[in-house]
Amino acid sequence: MSEQENKPFDFMGFRKLASVLSITLLVASVVLLAVRGLNLGMDFTGGTSVEFEYAEAPQLDEIRSTLNEAGYEQFVVQNFGADTTVLVRLAEAGNDELGGEVTDALTAGGANLELISSEFIGSQVGEELREDSGLGLLLALAVVLIYVGMRFQFKFGIASVLPLAHDVIIVLGVFALFQWTFDLTVLAALLAVIGYSLNDTIVVADRIRENFRKMRVGDSWHVINTSIHQTISRTINTSGTTLVVLFALYLFGGEAINNFALALIIGVIVGTYSSIYVSANLLIAFGVSREDLMLPAKEGAADAEEEEQPPEWLNRM
Amino acid sequence: MLNKYPLWKNLVILVALVIGFIYALPNLFPDDYAIQITGARSSTEVNSTVLDRAVKALESEGIEVKSSTLQDRDALIRLTSGEDQLQARPIVQSALSNDYLVALNMAPSTPEWLKSLGAGPMKLGLDLRGGVHFLLEVDMETALNTRLEALSSQIKGDLREERIRYRGGDVEGQRQIVLTFRDEQPRAEAFDLIRDQYNQFLMDERTVDGERQIVLSLSEAEVKSIQEYALEQNLTTIRNRVNELGVAEPLVQRQGADRIIVELPGVQDTAQAKRVLGATANLEFRLEARQDASASEVEEFGFRDNPRRTARLERDVITTGNNVANAQQAFDENGQPQVNITMDSVGGDQMNRATRNAIGRRMAVLFIEFRTETENRMVDGEMTSVDKRVVEKGIISLATIQSALGSSFRITGLDSIPEAAELALLLRAGALAAPMYFVQERTIGPSLGQKNIDAGVMSVALGFGLVLLYMLVYYRGFGLVANVALTLNLMLLIACMSILSATLTLPGIAGIVLTVGMAVDANVLIFERIREELKAGVPPQSAISAGYSRAFVSIFDANITTLLVAVILFAMGSGPVKGFAVTLCLGILTSMFSGLMVSRSIVNFVYGGRKIEKLSIGGKLANV
Repeated sequence: MSEQENKPFDFMGFRKLASVLSITLLVASVVLLAVRGLNLGMDFTGGTSVEFEYAEAPQLDEIRSTLNEAGYEQFVVQNFGADTTVLVRLAEAGNDELGGEVTDALTAGGANLELISSEFIGSQVGEELREDSGLGLLLALAVVLIYVGMRFQFKFGIASVLPLAHDVIIVLGVFALFQWTFDLTVLAALLAVIGYSLNDTIVVADRIRENFRKMRVGDSWHVINTSIHQTISRTINTSGTTLVVLFALYLFGGEAINNFALALIIGVIVGTYSSIYVSANLLIAFGVSREDLMLPAKEGAADAEEEEQPPEWLNRM
Repeated sequence: MLNKYPLWKNLVILVALVIGFIYALPNLFPDDYAIQITGARSSTEVNSTVLDRAVKALESEGIEVKSSTLQDRDALIRLTSGEDQLQARPIVQSALSNDYLVALNMAPSTPEWLKSLGAGPMKLGLDLRGGVHFLLEVDMETALNTRLEALSSQIKGDLREERIRYRGGDVEGQRQIVLTFRDEQPRAEAFDLIRDQYNQFLMDERTVDGERQIVLSLSEAEVKSIQEYALEQNLTTIRNRVNELGVAEPLVQRQGADRIIVELPGVQDTAQAKRVLGATANLEFRLEARQDASASEVEEFGFRDNPRRTARLERDVITTGNNVANAQQAFDENGQPQVNITMDSVGGDQMNRATRNAIGRRMAVLFIEFRTETENRMVDGEMTSVDKRVVEKGIISLATIQSALGSSFRITGLDSIPEAAELALLLRAGALAAPMYFVQERTIGPSLGQKNIDAGVMSVALGFGLVLLYMLVYYRGFGLVANVALTLNLMLLIACMSILSATLTLPGIAGIVLTVGMAVDANVLIFERIREELKAGVPPQSAISAGYSRAFVSIFDANITTLLVAVILFAMGSGPVKGFAVTLCLGILTSMFSGLMVSRSIVNFVYGGRKIEKLSIGGKLANV
């Protein structure tokens, strides 16, 4: 099947352009993260948030002035989902009674409202979570590097982990750009993005490995290009179905997981792009060659052929 | 190439699917809104008279009762709507006395035959059913200091008794006790004494400005055990208090070294919950009054398990539960149950002084409880709930003093092992070992819970439908196979979650949605391979076989790596993230099974064992 009637599309022809794009996006993301920073949610900063359902849409300014009069200083009042739903966030993290006090202050103003949810997180808990999360992301990347390094080859390991870091940084950059709230669910989404993008990268890498062993002619460039060509419709279809459900989640999943869905949507798009243009690009840059993937010579070529076969029990399926 | 599965393999798949179907089934029966009636004490029985009274009260208020059942220790009244449920609770509570706890509950409506197979629906997390979530932190510094101070006064007492002269001996920073001696000899004596009697210390000798000192610092193991004890005791106390709140299916569990999670489904009034959790219960030790004691020196108390039985006790309190260091249920020489009590040094001294002149008299252990009771009162023709703080005192044990008591003594004459265990528990649960404060709190209203469920169901349904359509359009006949596999995958995933009784949360639903999107990946990979083989001119039967076997390596590698990430997510995640990780992990496993085995089995069933010209797999070349 390496004898394609039609020449494979020259994916790698764009590799210089893609490199420029990736590097620009990365630099922009890092700058954004450094300058604007993430709009960390309460999960990470600690604080109090209270959500109310008003009988009829209230004026946010009135709520603000009521709270000002009640003596509150650092707070955010915003609509959450519907215009009758109001979210009040307070920065103070030391006081676990604030939620009730705010409710009292607003009802005292004569407003007809119902408390939907309230949340209080101590600042120390938030701080710990921040540390654990960073650690978790790094751990995930390290484990992937080790597994892929063992299962494939070290160059492949690096070529799978760097795209993941690339994806995570760009998603973070977008969150910093729009100042979307980065909370625990978005972190979960980031890890899911790692999982997804990895899935994609592995499928392409797997085909590259297979083709290196099978195609006796052509240079690495040709082999990698053919591999991408062979997997592209799978890549598009899987990304397509995943994106379809993510849009459903974004549109109907409710306010609480909006940012979760957003992070995944961006992550899946960037992840799909990176498994082609970052991962394969890196493989070419590393000068991956047929020899890298050959099994040690003493085992002979016959073994190499055998290793590629799926386990025997699968053939019986 | 015949593409036939052996019979046993088809059977295995069939059995797995049937089991999956049975265990996923209970989720189709939604939980009933219910109220649960339990006795406030274990001795209070809930019988049919009580249940009848409750049902009559509800019916007279025009609330429809779906059914009512009497269970082992409690009664359950099923209602038709959430609104009814909220109204019903105060009605039932006022119809019954405060001897009964009335709690909001969700009662599973799983049919009997499914229940007998151990099947039940997934549990709903707080974000889907409403309720409060607390995270409490135990103040470990205080726990250590309290213990150190108790030890320091004990050591000082011992040194005085042995007439060893020392200075200092107070607790200093860095968890140390420093004793200073004038000469070498008392220091050596003190050193030996402390080494022999207190093994929880690391001992160090040093000379500062010509003064000979002993530095005692708690060993690492002792610090750990003190912290462990403080946390365990606070957990016990909190569990007892949560039971007092009358919440159905509460969750009290430790998190890490110094935190406790409390989840109370259905509770909306955080203020009340926090008051009760933070409340203090206590113990008092008192002597029984002499016959000739004047009335002003005597107080009469009822017994906790039987209020009609009373005893006259002295007004003077020997010591309180604050001085109980530990209490354990054990057995005496004759195999009779007893409770071993360890007082701290202050309590031990007080106990010793009071009892050495009172041998042969009886001593009572009095349980004091500060509780809040909700009372419904008619004010201006309107029903309002009033919270009232109640102090309740009851005797839990009255026993003869055999000999002078010290810091360790035992309470015997108990009827049974459970009684002794309960007493030990009450003694331990009497007070918190260390102060606790709230570090996290979340309240989710019932309307938000319902909204989240609706949103979740909507997005799963829509996402699922769109994926089915996508696959059908793109892969035709094989797309249909993938769709059947995907549907079965969803069923298996729900079955696995039900079997593991995993808690379904909103991020969990997001995980299911994501799994649906990603689960078709295996089939997409396989079908693309089959198309490639067909393009290369391989006959259909061989193309199917090659497609499945060639795609396996990719599917396996891709899923294992994703699984690794999901496991990390589970290990480090807290609360909502964990729910997401669980569904993701399970989803990866079930999708591998359905994508590889189930879809292959269907393909074999349709195409296997006969000569075929073409496959319905979409694409131009395949249909030629």
